[in-house]
Amino acid sequence: MTQSMKKARLALQDGSVYGGFSFGHEGPVAGEVVFNTGMVGYPETFTDPSYAGQILVLTYPMIGNYGIPRAVPNCEIGLPYESDRIQIAGLIVTDYSTEFSHWDALGDLASWLKESKVPALTGVDTRSLTKELRERGTMLGKIVLEGGADVPYVDPNKDNLVAQVSPREVKKYGVGNKRKVVMVDCGAKNNIIGELVARDMEVTRVPWDANLEGMEMDGVMISNGPGDPKQCAATVHQIRRLIARKVPTFGICLGHQLLALAIGADTYKLKYGHRSQNQPVREEGTNRCLVTSQNHGFAVDAKALPDGWVPWFTNLNDGTNEGIRHESLPIRSAQFHPEAAPGPVDANYLFDQFVEMIDGAKK
Amino acid sequence: MSTIHNVKKVIILGSSALKIGEAGEFDYSGSQCIKALKEEGIQTILINPNIATIQTSEHLADQVYFLPVTPYFVEKVIAKEAPDGILLSFGGQTALNCGLKLEETGILAKYNVKVLGTQVKAIKETEDRQLFVERLKEVNAICPRSEAAETVESALRIASEIGYPVMVRIAYALGGLGSGVCHTEEALREKAQKALAYTPQILVEEYLKGWKEVEYEVVRDKYDNCITVCNMENFDPLGIHTGESIVVAPSQTLSNREYHMLREIAIRVIRHLGIQGECNIQYALDPYSEQYRIIEVNARLSRSSALASKATGYPLAFVAAKLSLGYGLFELPNSITRVTKAFFEPALDYCVVKIPRWDLKKFTKVARRIGSSMKSVGEVMSIGRTFEEALQKALRMLEIGAKGLVANTKWTFEDIEKELSEPTDERIFAIVEGMKAGMTVDHIHSLTHIDKWFLHRVAHVVDIRNRIVEANTTKLPVDLLKEAKRSGFSDEQIAILSKTTEEYVREYRRKSGIRPFVRQIDTLGAEYPAQTNYLYLSYHGDKDDIDFPEINTVIVLGSGSYRIGCSVEFDWCCVNAARSLRQMGFSTAMINYNPETVSTDYDESDKLFFDEINLETVSEIYDKLNPLGIIISMGGQIPNNLATKFQKFGLKVLGTSPESIDAAENRQKFSNMLDELKIDQPKWKELKGLDEAKAFAAAVGYPVLVRPSYVLSGAAMAVATTDSELETFLNKAVDVSSEHPVVISKYLENAKEIEYDAVARDGEIVIDAISEHVENAGVHSGDATLVLPPQRTYLETIRQIRRISAKISRRLHINGPFNIQFIAKNNEVKVIECNLRASRSFPFVSKILGTNFIDLATKVIVGKKVQPVDNPLFDLDFVGVKAPQFSFTRLEGADPTVGVEMASTGEVACLGADFDEAFLKSLLSVGYRLPIKAVLLSSGTLPSKVELLESCRLMNKMEIKLYATHGTAAFLRENGVTVEELNWPLEKTTPNTLDVIKQGKVDLVINLPKNYQEEELTNDYLIRRAAVDFNVPLITNRQIAARLIEALSRTSLEKLQIKSWNEYK
Repeated sequence: MTQSMKKARLALQDGSVYGGFSFGHEGPVAGEVVFNTGMVGYPETFTDPSYAGQILVLTYPMIGNYGIPRAVPNCEIGLPYESDRIQIAGLIVTDYSTEFSHWDALGDLASWLKESKVPALTGVDTRSLTKELRERGTMLGKIVLEGGADVPYVDPNKDNLVAQVSPREVKKYGVGNKRKVVMVDCGAKNNIIGELVARDMEVTRVPWDANLEGMEMDGVMISNGPGDPKQCAATVHQIRRLIARKVPTFGICLGHQLLALAIGADTYKLKYGHRSQNQPVREEGTNRCLVTSQNHGFAVDAKALPDGWVPWFTNLNDGTNEGIRHESLPIRSAQFHPEAAPGPVDANYLFDQFVEMIDGAKK
Repeated sequence: MSTIHNVKKVIILGSSALKIGEAGEFDYSGSQCIKALKEEGIQTILINPNIATIQTSEHLADQVYFLPVTPYFVEKVIAKEAPDGILLSFGGQTALNCGLKLEETGILAKYNVKVLGTQVKAIKETEDRQLFVERLKEVNAICPRSEAAETVESALRIASEIGYPVMVRIAYALGGLGSGVCHTEEALREKAQKALAYTPQILVEEYLKGWKEVEYEVVRDKYDNCITVCNMENFDPLGIHTGESIVVAPSQTLSNREYHMLREIAIRVIRHLGIQGECNIQYALDPYSEQYRIIEVNARLSRSSALASKATGYPLAFVAAKLSLGYGLFELPNSITRVTKAFFEPALDYCVVKIPRWDLKKFTKVARRIGSSMKSVGEVMSIGRTFEEALQKALRMLEIGAKGLVANTKWTFEDIEKELSEPTDERIFAIVEGMKAGMTVDHIHSLTHIDKWFLHRVAHVVDIRNRIVEANTTKLPVDLLKEAKRSGFSDEQIAILSKTTEEYVREYRRKSGIRPFVRQIDTLGAEYPAQTNYLYLSYHGDKDDIDFPEINTVIVLGSGSYRIGCSVEFDWCCVNAARSLRQMGFSTAMINYNPETVSTDYDESDKLFFDEINLETVSEIYDKLNPLGIIISMGGQIPNNLATKFQKFGLKVLGTSPESIDAAENRQKFSNMLDELKIDQPKWKELKGLDEAKAFAAAVGYPVLVRPSYVLSGAAMAVATTDSELETFLNKAVDVSSEHPVVISKYLENAKEIEYDAVARDGEIVIDAISEHVENAGVHSGDATLVLPPQRTYLETIRQIRRISAKISRRLHINGPFNIQFIAKNNEVKVIECNLRASRSFPFVSKILGTNFIDLATKVIVGKKVQPVDNPLFDLDFVGVKAPQFSFTRLEGADPTVGVEMASTGEVACLGADFDEAFLKSLLSVGYRLPIKAVLLSSGTLPSKVELLESCRLMNKMEIKLYATHGTAAFLRENGVTVEELNWPLEKTTPNTLDVIKQGKVDLVINLPKNYQEEELTNDYLIRRAAVDFNVPLITNRQIAARLIEALSRTSLEKLQIKSWNEYK
């Protein structure tokens, strides 16, 4: 299948090189190289804005099997995928499926990557590559075609990636619904909006740095997003003021890290992050465990939470913090993705809890 | 660990003999269960008559009872042992059904025995279809439209409401027994009648043709935490039993929405049912929408869960056992990474393919079509980084002569379209032939409904094949060679296509720098390092996952898939060899690919290579490991056949030399050697032509035995009594093994057969065991009932056997295990066969004699000094009897007789104070039932009528009612036996034999065939088949019939002793 493809390589900052064949856009790209161990859901993954600036390695070897779904009706607002475009900078797989098969397929993955100008490699030893990333930590890398132009390494975390993926305008969803909720969009996945609207919420989607002073709301959602949370000082500042107002708040992923920074806790970069659909977490003080979908490179240091704040969830694999909550106020956040897409829906009930928080505060 | 449970003594029910639908997977699950319980300090009591299993080994359960897994015997053991808990879910449907009966009859309550794990209420809700459907409705989970019927009439009514075709399913069944699609009223009537003879209830339901079949393995702890360990997708769409399907893990054609929709429903259902432990849920998924149906839930460990365990590295049975004691998933470690927890879902970075292994050609008259009942006898599992790589590996692993998907010469089809739309066990090859003939993926899809993604991948392999053929050179472009290797082509396949030799391709490939790499299974897609060496080879990669320091490694080759002639006994040998090696301080590397085994547990050896057992793969592993050598004598015939090749290519074979192995396997060489040693053997000749064969037969006199050399389990062996039969069988034998010569020999009638199992060191016997067959010669040794110590063999015969064996052993300079089969008549002893490897009776003789033959053999093989062991053969004050298990019920149409070609799928062995007791227990373990109040007899030829006369008189005396066919009845009356005469089936008049069987008026059918092989549809065949179809025990051998009647006249069910293995020692 690789006969008609151009040879290309992935070069890592540490000097190692992985050979393969190009099946996406035929041009160079640089970014941070990360891996994801999910076995399904590549369209959802590629369109997750949290992947902005990253070259994604999929550990599951055969990719593209079911093509590209038609406009996935994954949220009531009718948007395709988790955002309006492919967000990853580049893609690395072992075996691209040139032939796809699915009743709902619109086309093949390669064409979509080409249209989106996203370079992609197949035929790469992704297992050895993943082991290298695991052992040496996430690294910068670049995809270069044989005989093609080269590019310098780029560290996306030095940029404010959130500013790049966050929308410029305010937009409303579920207009007229009962509960009025503001979503601070740091690079939100569409399914978060879908889950909120499905729970009778009118969602006002605002840019990451919007001034929320004086805005009327029953609750606020701080969304997921890419990069280092410390780049988002403006959002942290807004969250502090919301806490003072005791607005019911739910943070997801980056939103969780921003809430932590807002209450004075710290965040740090993980060696190689959590990117998979099988991250086990346990709810603190209970025997309840969830399999969760995750995509983050930074984490909250839960060792020094201020008074009144407690860990909510903890990762069963490595003991890292997976959520925090206030002991009395309706404010909490989760590091994982309760909206799934892709991944298991075990944590979906957290959106119901958000509803209870909002309704409880109204009374 | 904490004692969160309050049980001290637990009974575990095993699954008894291997049979179609219940194979070695339950040895794996039971063994893991016992390990898990022992870790908690719980006393374990195992009931399982399958003596060849690992779970019945000395080092596992505290007490082992080799007794039938039936309510009667289990109650006796409960009364004696007074356990406080019982586990029902580790011994397949056999254990589950037995447990349900114990519960229903109040026995568990009476003795205050708690069912651990999933409760009986939940089990019943999954087993009773009506209840099941109702419970699922409560959580909005959708089942196929269906209704239960208790009579044929109501089945017909329901079908007319749903509309034909309909699917008929049977409650409380294993492996889809009797389930099937009925297209017409007539077909439904027949099926319903048959099924209702076994079960009070059947289910008539909507037929979902062409829907995808997907399964999930779900685990739930007592805190309501759930995970799905694995999902699997069937290559063959709905309509073919999952045990008959090619299965892929994880699913390949499901989107995120579909995958997680089904996962969420699985968890919802399992929570609602209240499963505590492990279960399996099967779905049908519409290929054109997100519509689904739940087909079934198995509230126990299953064949699928064994497969899922091996596919993911997640020890399902072990975890399920811990959960049944009350642990939470988050309290248990992930046994591969050892740093993470058991609460997680494995992420695979490879593709697993399972293919069933059928042996349909071994049975006469059996329907070759595969469908919704299970006929396969085992399976293989392969691991690759792509579907093509795994699929081609798996096809070779089947050992049916396939080189992979392509480069086969064996499969040609007259009508490819028919072969595709009416699948047999060979459909996968028909797909390839169709593609080679120019059929498109779309066309094949329309005939098979197999998802196009799978078909495109098969087409990719065909495309590579075409490119290799077109290249028309032995020096293939390196890119093409690499693509071929990455798509699972073997060197041999490439050699065939490019018209050169395997050896040449190997050299050329290696020179081109194309070698496979060792990949590790770590459950987390490389996110965390694995602490175990669960490995496979792949050509997708740039480096090995692990290092290979120079240590004293020994490779042990496993036995491959279970099939007729090769079952758990060889796995027992492999596992024991690996254990011995470890105890001696060697590093062990096991190579095997059967997911239903204990040898493929990654904690049984230091390195487990889940990969092919052939020259190419073993030599690649050999080059990496640089081992001391390879042990090939434990895994049966597959590794044994590689001896000469290994030697030729410089791979060191440990133990008996390949020259000696060849000298025993090669008929001509072996025969010459026997002549030199002046050892008697039946007259024989190698076939060069039909006329020559006929001349030989005329010279020695019919009957003659036809057989190819180098086979196990008597494939294509047959007894011919006439010239025309000889011609038929010769043609068949040539087809089976064209590489090896066919031999014919004089067939001895009315002789005894004796098994000699031994271990020798430098040609001197270290230990031996002599077992006799109950049946006269002519019944394949794998189908024979074995007795140890021998009861009816002359002392002089035994002396001769030992003398002859010692001579052969010295001559072949045997170092390790071996087995010789003897035939004896009037103290004349002849050698029939000699295998310089462990035989299927090694676990039996080891456990009866109390000395582990494999442990001794392994020590010998690695050069350790061992002292000859005094033989306790004549000092034993108990008797062991090993009996075969047949699976004719599952093989629709197969003629249930025994002969020189092996037909049994498993075996049991029981112990008793004397032959009668051990014999009865064994028979009860393989499905015979007591009491016997009425018997139907047709006793074949005059000599066998005469021989059975005494037994018939005894039955008269015991007031057993006798029915007989005309000739038998006349003969018996003349000899003063009271008998009721019946008409033959084909006479179609009453009183008819078939009615008596169908109406359940007889408890036993004794039908002795008149010929050795009957090809026509005869009266006798109809009687035998009716007995099997209507679940009436059947005996077709006159020695077995005579011994059974004798035993019943001297003892009874109530007198059988309930003694554990330890109490016999």
